[in-house]
Amino acid sequence: MSTLEIRDLHVAVEDKEILRGVNLTVSSGETHALMGPNGSGKSTLAYAIAGHPKYTITSGTVTLDGEDVLSLTVDERARAGLFLAMQYPVEVPGVSVSNFLRSAVTAVRGEAPKLRAFTKELKAGMDALSIDGAFAQRNLNEGFSGGEKKRHEILQLELLKPKIAILDETDSGLDVDALRVVSEGVNRFGASGDTGVLLITHYTRILRYVKPDFVHVFSAGRIVEEGGPELADKLEAEGYEHYTKANA
Amino acid sequence: MGLDTKPLSTLRGKSSYKLEDFPVPTGREEMWRFTPLSRLRGLHDGTATLSGNVVVHVEAAPEVSVETVGRDDARVGKAYTPTDRVSVQAFTSFEKATVITVPKEAVTSKATVINLRGEGNGAAYGHIVIVVEPLAEAVIVLDHQGSAVYADNVEFVVGDGATLKVVSLQDWARDAVHVSQHHAHLGRDATFKSFVVTMGGDLVRLSPSVSYTGRGGDADLSGLYFVDAGQHIEHRLLVDHTVPDCRSNVDYRGALQGDEAHAVWIGDVIIRVEATGTDTYELNRNLILTDGARADSVPNLEILTGEVAGAGHASASGRMDDEHIFYLQARGIPYDEARRLVIRGYFAQLIEKIEVEEIRDRVLAAVEAELAR
Repeated sequence: MSTLEIRDLHVAVEDKEILRGVNLTVSSGETHALMGPNGSGKSTLAYAIAGHPKYTITSGTVTLDGEDVLSLTVDERARAGLFLAMQYPVEVPGVSVSNFLRSAVTAVRGEAPKLRAFTKELKAGMDALSIDGAFAQRNLNEGFSGGEKKRHEILQLELLKPKIAILDETDSGLDVDALRVVSEGVNRFGASGDTGVLLITHYTRILRYVKPDFVHVFSAGRIVEEGGPELADKLEAEGYEHYTKANA
Repeated sequence: MGLDTKPLSTLRGKSSYKLEDFPVPTGREEMWRFTPLSRLRGLHDGTATLSGNVVVHVEAAPEVSVETVGRDDARVGKAYTPTDRVSVQAFTSFEKATVITVPKEAVTSKATVINLRGEGNGAAYGHIVIVVEPLAEAVIVLDHQGSAVYADNVEFVVGDGATLKVVSLQDWARDAVHVSQHHAHLGRDATFKSFVVTMGGDLVRLSPSVSYTGRGGDADLSGLYFVDAGQHIEHRLLVDHTVPDCRSNVDYRGALQGDEAHAVWIGDVIIRVEATGTDTYELNRNLILTDGARADSVPNLEILTGEVAGAGHASASGRMDDEHIFYLQARGIPYDEARRLVIRGYFAQLIEKIEVEEIRDRVLAAVEAELAR
């Protein structure tokens, strides 16, 4: 049982306040959808939790099972059990997918996996996400299509088995087939019951495949409404206009 | 670039076997302005004392012949005429030259390794001639180690339809000074692949140049360098396309770390009026790992004909991308390891091009050792 607890979080980018007091608790066994219009600060929340140097925490706390996340380095946060599936994973020239994944798995698990077992595990993970075998030898995200990048993020999610996963617009730019494959991966990850998912999205489309237990509406740097899955249906019908106007 | 900027093609016109034809450089000349002359230990002004020794030992493939010849050998200076003061100083000062000949149509069964060991800090001069006769194929390794103040000229004569692959390792001791000219003279349909690796030395200035004599000549010049605090590492390339339908590709990449680490890369490519159908591309990248390191990168492409197949250049010097490091760290990989992965990746495509496995492993190990500093 794990809990990510975000309390009154304020975050600035270059002295401009983006997050204005976010409160959110994600526990294992739960899937949360964080929804909001573009520019509302959803991605800022994700990157601030992951520790991206561009974002400055001005006040508030983030803890994982009581441990202060904000005092940890980026890699320590990942090893503590946090995972951020990125919206725009960067291309890293000359670093192969297999080398990257082995390094990441070794770091997170604390020991290098046996080569044969890892090769098998990797193949099974790739098969489940309909990723071609040749993919492992390619350079990290280099020349990947949008769908390949997202599948690769979910492959990492499944290999690294974090306690809490934050998925930043993993559904954006995917066709329906890719969306289904990616959603199945998220559901496999969530099915173990001892993991929690925070799904950040602009659209309700992915919620047909990944069923949230809780829905939070994000606007102008804070959560403005919370509810169950029915809230997503309301957003589907009415859009965000009502919230953006209220904040204007 | 000022009003007095002259075309490369005229700047590069001068060549001579006579020392007096080249005045002592002052440092203001275009071709010397990046080089700290005071650290050349007199190689450029005739004051270097000839007390050094660079021992040449060749481990040859069975198919090739190795000769040590005197200054009067007809093959010496046949493909190359010195183009600067240090080069002509070396040319007029060396005592014995090493001539390696790969006979016509011979395909060598293994790499021929020329070991050059510096044994002290007095000046020494050298000359090497590699002749690959028509349709022959060979791999040559020049392996420089030890302490030396050394100036030399290396001539690569690649015959019609022949292939020569050269790896030149400047793996000198930290105090070495090396100024070297590598000239490749390509026959019709000749292929020349050069891979330069410069890691050691206090000052290394290496000038690879290529000339063509027949259609279909193909030159591929790669380089990798790692510059540490206080080192001056300079590569000056010149590819002179004088013949139609030849190709050249230049890819030099370096990393710099530490105070006063200085890399210089000059990439001159001339496509003469008569060199129609030329296909050329040159690239230089510098990865600056710390404050206090400096890279000067100057690509010069001079096109005198309207009919080229392709011509381009690119130069980029900069810091490691923080987003790369963030991505790797976000997957649990500690900072130091993430940095190593990114730098290794930066060099990887280049190192893969080294066809001699032992050399590739050695270069990889050298990069690893630099990263561990």
